[in-house]
Amino acid sequence: MMARLNVLLLVVLVACAISLVTSRHQARKLFVDLEREQARSRSLDVEFGQLQIEQSTWAMPARVEKVARDQLHMQLPDATRIEVMDELKR
Amino acid sequence: MRPAKAPAPPLPAFRAPVVFGALLFLLLLLLARSLYLQRVDNGFLQAQGSSRYSRDLEVPAHRGRIVDRMGEPLAISTPVKAIWAWPEKIEATPDQLRALASALDMPPGELNRKLASAGDFIYLKRPVAPDVADHIAALQIKGIHDETEYWRYYPGGEVMSQIVGFTGDRDIGQEGIELAQQSWLGGKPGNRRVIINRRGEIVEDVASIRAPQEGRDLALAIDSRLQYLAFRELKAAIELNKAQAGAIVMIDAQTGEIVALANWPVYNPNNRTRTVRSKMRNRALTDTFEPGSSMKPFTIAAALDAGKVTPSTIIDTAPGTLTIGGATIHDAHREGALTVEQVIQKSSNVGAAKIALSLPSSAMWQTLSEAGFGTAPHTGFPGEVGGRLRPAKTWRPIEQATIAYGHGISVNLVQLARAYTVFSSDGELKPVSLLKVDGAVAGRPVITPETARAVRHMLEMVVLPGGTAPKAQVPGYRVAGKTGTAHKLDGKTYSATEYVASFVGFAPVSNPRLIVAVMIDQPSAGQYYGGAVAAPVFSSVMGAALRMLSVPTDAPVNNVVVPPEGTDVKEET
Repeated sequence: MMARLNVLLLVVLVACAISLVTSRHQARKLFVDLEREQARSRSLDVEFGQLQIEQSTWAMPARVEKVARDQLHMQLPDATRIEVMDELKR
Repeated sequence: MRPAKAPAPPLPAFRAPVVFGALLFLLLLLLARSLYLQRVDNGFLQAQGSSRYSRDLEVPAHRGRIVDRMGEPLAISTPVKAIWAWPEKIEATPDQLRALASALDMPPGELNRKLASAGDFIYLKRPVAPDVADHIAALQIKGIHDETEYWRYYPGGEVMSQIVGFTGDRDIGQEGIELAQQSWLGGKPGNRRVIINRRGEIVEDVASIRAPQEGRDLALAIDSRLQYLAFRELKAAIELNKAQAGAIVMIDAQTGEIVALANWPVYNPNNRTRTVRSKMRNRALTDTFEPGSSMKPFTIAAALDAGKVTPSTIIDTAPGTLTIGGATIHDAHREGALTVEQVIQKSSNVGAAKIALSLPSSAMWQTLSEAGFGTAPHTGFPGEVGGRLRPAKTWRPIEQATIAYGHGISVNLVQLARAYTVFSSDGELKPVSLLKVDGAVAGRPVITPETARAVRHMLEMVVLPGGTAPKAQVPGYRVAGKTGTAHKLDGKTYSATEYVASFVGFAPVSNPRLIVAVMIDQPSAGQYYGGAVAAPVFSSVMGAALRMLSVPTDAPVNNVVVPPEGTDVKEET
């Protein structure tokens, strides 16, 4: 009786030990994945910053004005050609 | 039966204990050594062990962005590489050096010169884009290294330069907002200890030694579009008038936010190699000037508040001069009898001086001081000054008279613009802010609402025909403001030929939204009156800004009345 119980406990012990090993391994794998994703998120952050710089360089008011005037031949209407709509009377 | 072997000679009796003792001794020696290594001198081996699996990594933290009120970036940090060389250690074939030179976008001659010049360390190029740095690393030249650093870019360039400022080495703020808000913007890199596997991958976080502290973003009150508009018009006016310097400030009349603040001269914060220090100054905050006539409304307000005059009281300014204690005050035009309103409209020095002298000096000082003169505007900007307003006890009568029209008192432009919140609101001085503010802010009462309304009406007369600044009119909006033309101080005396022209005003008068103050230093193309030099800048900036902000008009679009040529009202100060 005693011997049987011991064998059973041994089996349980081995099972526990193996599951510990696998879960440990799983945890490490997941952690590596997490690290990789975090690194990716950082590099995307960096790229976002660079794109923001690029966008704001293109959208600089001085450049927009130059393009509007020189390439698109736009001009500001003078005050007499501006009609102001009154929001209350609409 | 087999024959018995001869018995072995007996071993000496001491042998067994000796061997046993020797073995025991060696065992004890081993135990002692292991005890020593485990307990006493354990540092070295532990360090050796952990160096094989654990690493201390720096966790980078980048500096926060600076954005305008709409969220447009004004300053962004991005990681770049710096390429440096250790010239003594360089081993490279001529082909490799050529490839390096072309990757660095540098003539081979210059590269060779750089490598020959220094002993053990020289930056070849910084900043370098990360992909270029990877390309250089792939050349595998001994003695050429790279390092990652953060580089700060300023998309606004020179338009924003003096407000935003810039950072120096290691991304630490050196000028402007970058310096003032260093602790808010700056990130503190952290450290963590990790376990790595044989492929160099991180498999476990052991401990965070120091958590990184990311820099925080900062929203300024500046509006990029209005800033550009103000900058463009200021620059045009400075070129037109061949002026030496200038500044323009635009304040939201309801919240006290500084929505635009431009200076001339400027510098490019992205490339400062040849920038002289004086161009970096934010003149609107760090320099003072004598304002001239834009001070008169405060004198009049003090007199109205004290009940000494009413807007229609007649002041006799004939014969256009006034002598006080040996010094004489002049008017540019002889006017004779003027009402208090007309003293402002025509900008009469004699009138303002007479009104000032009817007041006790302490009452006048109190109004000026409460309007913020003599104290810094508390924007938090590094180097901002408060100007000079001497205590009333030390005023001689002639000084009280000259302060009445803005000489013998110095202000900075932001201070002057802020002071006009007293007239744009009903007598309250609003605090100004370079940072974004949510909602209207409460001011501090300086003058009574009735006085504020009366002065507001006088300021509106200034821009109408008969006033000193008809060029400040804006189509579709009622505007109010005051010119200033002051002789520049040249050492201890006033220069006869150098002037500071200014204009401060607000619009729309029915419900003021913006205050604009313009200052042009030393215009030298013939014109030097505030009404001729600074008022047109005010008009174009104010008109465009109000339209950009979709502020409802409060006048018909044909409201601008240009007085006939030659009837301009000039002013001396």
